[in-house]
Amino acid sequence: MTDTEAPRRGTSRVSRLARRRGVTTGLLLTPPMLWLGVAYLGALAALLVTSLWTQDDFTGQIQRTWTLQNFRDLFTIDVYRTITVRTLSIAALVTVIDAILAFPIALYMAKVASPRVQRLLVIAVLMPLWASYLVKAYAWRGMFSEGGLISWLAAPFGLNTPGYGLVATTIVLAYLWLPFMILPVFAGLQRLPDSLLEASADLGAHSWTTLRRVVLPMAFPALVAGSIFTFSLSMGDYIAVRIVGGTGQLIGTVVYSNIGAANNLPFAAAVATVPVAVMLLYLAVVRRTGALENL
Amino acid sequence: MSTAIALRGLSKHFDEVRAVDDLDLEIADGEFFSMLGPSGSGKTTVLRLIAGFEQPTSGTITLDGEDVSSRPPFARDVNTVFQDYAIFPHMSVRQNVEYGLRVKKVPRADRRRRAEEALATVRLEGYGERRPNQLSGGQRQRVALARALVNRPKVLLLDEPLGALDLKLRREMQIELKEIQRDVGITFVFVTHDQEEALTMSDRIAVFNEGRIEQLATPVELYEAPASAFVAGFVGTSNLLAGDVARSLVGAEGTFVIRPEKVAMSAPEAAPPAGPSTCVARGVVREVVYLGATTHSVVHLDAGVTLTVSHQNTDRSIDAALERRDQPVVLTWQRDHLVSLGGPGPDPVASPEEETA
Repeated sequence: MTDTEAPRRGTSRVSRLARRRGVTTGLLLTPPMLWLGVAYLGALAALLVTSLWTQDDFTGQIQRTWTLQNFRDLFTIDVYRTITVRTLSIAALVTVIDAILAFPIALYMAKVASPRVQRLLVIAVLMPLWASYLVKAYAWRGMFSEGGLISWLAAPFGLNTPGYGLVATTIVLAYLWLPFMILPVFAGLQRLPDSLLEASADLGAHSWTTLRRVVLPMAFPALVAGSIFTFSLSMGDYIAVRIVGGTGQLIGTVVYSNIGAANNLPFAAAVATVPVAVMLLYLAVVRRTGALENL
Repeated sequence: MSTAIALRGLSKHFDEVRAVDDLDLEIADGEFFSMLGPSGSGKTTVLRLIAGFEQPTSGTITLDGEDVSSRPPFARDVNTVFQDYAIFPHMSVRQNVEYGLRVKKVPRADRRRRAEEALATVRLEGYGERRPNQLSGGQRQRVALARALVNRPKVLLLDEPLGALDLKLRREMQIELKEIQRDVGITFVFVTHDQEEALTMSDRIAVFNEGRIEQLATPVELYEAPASAFVAGFVGTSNLLAGDVARSLVGAEGTFVIRPEKVAMSAPEAAPPAGPSTCVARGVVREVVYLGATTHSVVHLDAGVTLTVSHQNTDRSIDAALERRDQPVVLTWQRDHLVSLGGPGPDPVASPEEETA
């Protein structure tokens, strides 16, 4: 009797321990899960709900009646359609520019640089993130000004600064988000075994062929991972465009002016759902490339 | 027979480390040549120098009569089977095998046919559409081999290609590799740290130690007549007799090697007398190690040295052998089975440990 009881008592102790461990895990996870659920997803839900309300034009009061009018306006009024297309184009352009700039830098960091130089470069890439976003945007404003650094550099070639506008906005956004492209691509290329590059050369491929047939296809998921950052950050930005964009409007500035000057929170919310929807669509498309494992 | 590869005064230094030190070597056309040595002995560096992944510090590499020392890997008529196989994970098996032909702009139909042939050579017919992650380790190894063979290189370089396989598969692949090499007639240069693997497959073996070749010989010569204590210790198990021990047991100055299977063990009363052609030594059995096909007995001799004796388990003698532990015995061996290494005895601390992997 005793020798059958001993293991039973043992298992019950084990299961009680496991249950207690489960409780501990649950308690530890509750605060972050609350944060994620309430503050993060809750805010998104609130955004969506608000976008379905409307605003009294006279009193400026929010009327909590369900309507799709905001979305109807968004899709039918030409100026909003233009701004949406313009914002997506700039976000795409910024992403392409960042990918083109980041790839050689990341390749050098991951496969050519010595460990020492590699560490220095990682710090150099991260360093701009330590400075305030506003400071960097204003620094670019100074550079784009008449008689600023860019016009001075361009003058010998008979060129001038592009001035404040969408070109300047694209350049500043590409600058701001470049680290977010470099780091995932660098990490992706670091995981690429050297022996694959050697095998390619060994089988008769020149460097460019190896780059095209082995390195690029294998770095592609990492590039897509970086593009998730650059694309979404560009789509939602409103500060850079206000500082160097001149009179140009993007989705971010439309949201901003509808919250501020126009005080139309429901319409601002409807505009703000556009980047969210585009990003969800984008994620659904790129999921197949394995990019989400590279984030 | 013409020379496939000739290395002349080849050195490769990494900062202060002389990975390869003033090496001269000729490998004949169609030979199965092995480079054997412990890790860090320079054998892999020599392979990488031949492939072109490393630039020599000095010396030349001649491939089929042409100096290729300064050529990049893609301009050398050699192909490599990598230790980690280096299969391109984003390509199918067929695309992997066709890669070399593709970058050399071989027409599509020709490419297909040759890839199929190569896959058939390594017994992977019908695997062309598989992805590398659907293959087992042994199959990947075969893909790597097919991908190299399909280019019909002058020389195939193999960098410990069987290291990651389990023992049974490794033994099968050893025999298969040898057969493939005979069929295709390509020179194989095979790097391994496994002495048994080298003995099984090679026409000739170069034993590496500290960037130099200790001995270059056929497997039989290497085993039966090792040129140094290092080779004797690295290739198979060996017993070294040196100094006073050699003087009292062999009756001569110098260092001698005797292989465990050449020593016979008997009870003291059944011992044969010492003679001009027979050496006899008394001792006590310290350990008996049963290895299935053979049994190793570790015997401490009265002369002050420990010898390993091996005998085949042809009958069910293991019980008797196990009972011998701590019993006095007599060891005998033929004098002409002793291999003289000449010179003074080696430092026993420096003698390499046996690799059993």
